[in-house]
Amino acid sequence: MEIPHAVKPRPDTGLYNAKLGIWLFLASEVMLFGGLFSAYILLRVSSDLWPHGMVSIPVGTFNTFVLIASSVTVVMSWASLKLGKLADFKKYMALTILCALGFLSVKSFEYYAKFTHYDVWFKDQATAQKYFTAAYGEKGEEAARKLFVERFHLQNTKATYDANQVQIAGHIEGNPLFATLKKLTSAKKDTIQFTPDAPSGTHEHPKAIEVKLSDVHRLSAYVPAHSTYFAIYFTITALHGLHVLGGAIVLTYFLLTSDKWWKKNPEQLANRVEVGGLFWHFVDLVWIFLFPIIYLL
Amino acid sequence: MSLKAFHVLFITASVALSFWFGWYELDRYATTKAAADMWLGIGSCVTGGTLIAYGIYFLKKLKNISYL
Repeated sequence: MEIPHAVKPRPDTGLYNAKLGIWLFLASEVMLFGGLFSAYILLRVSSDLWPHGMVSIPVGTFNTFVLIASSVTVVMSWASLKLGKLADFKKYMALTILCALGFLSVKSFEYYAKFTHYDVWFKDQATAQKYFTAAYGEKGEEAARKLFVERFHLQNTKATYDANQVQIAGHIEGNPLFATLKKLTSAKKDTIQFTPDAPSGTHEHPKAIEVKLSDVHRLSAYVPAHSTYFAIYFTITALHGLHVLGGAIVLTYFLLTSDKWWKKNPEQLANRVEVGGLFWHFVDLVWIFLFPIIYLL
Repeated sequence: MSLKAFHVLFITASVALSFWFGWYELDRYATTKAAADMWLGIGSCVTGGTLIAYGIYFLKKLKNISYL
């Protein structure tokens, strides 16, 4: 039995089945991402302090460029089918999949860098001051304050410094993933070697300092549990990454089965690729909004 | 809406982002004087211009394909 309107449009909607289906699906996706964007905005405006510069702008820019390029190649692959050029379709589709893999690889490196970067909160300000001096020298408190002010963009507000600021950021020796104070204490560790971040305006990291775990109130990698910022950052970007992965799998399937479909029904192959391309464009459009919100503003 | 129409919408959004990001980075450069900011700003504006040219080429190439 042949399914009606798999290729030819329905007279009432003017669309073939799959196109109507993908638009209904994309409508639900708009609600999903719309909800998350709303959550982001509400969390941010209701927060006293919201960090900036926690993610690399050049890396995000590169990934944005990769996704825009992938949209061009996916539409070119569809146009190639419309023009009857299967070989061109394969070339453009392979490029699209490469772009998707490139995006995911860069995102993985970004995530890894976050999972091995730590904030350490000390028990009180006097203790923190001791470590600031050990890390940045005599003007340690000033250097720590500058980093803090820059992270939270406090230079534009009346509150220039939070008197209770007791945190320092950097890397633990050996770059462990997801370490916590509890895990380190359970491993019978009394101290850690900690390399603080470079002072503001420089790229030179200070020497590693020895941090007594008994002086530490909290220690967290840049993971969702770190703060509201990272919770929403990972939720949205990981969900988006899963969409990229899903899209790449579907497009790979189209590429691998294209010869068979081309012989059987070339118009249906073009329609399938169009539907895949619509999903791909939606995923890329989400990133076009995500990039400025997460990386720039 | 066909992929053609959605692509035009996407390229329009990308052009807007490119020029806005270009302005953002060049504005930042005025404060930081960092070469990376300047190159990102210039590169982004050039990308915006390239995308406009591409959009025109795309519309000409697919002029026989429906927007629906």
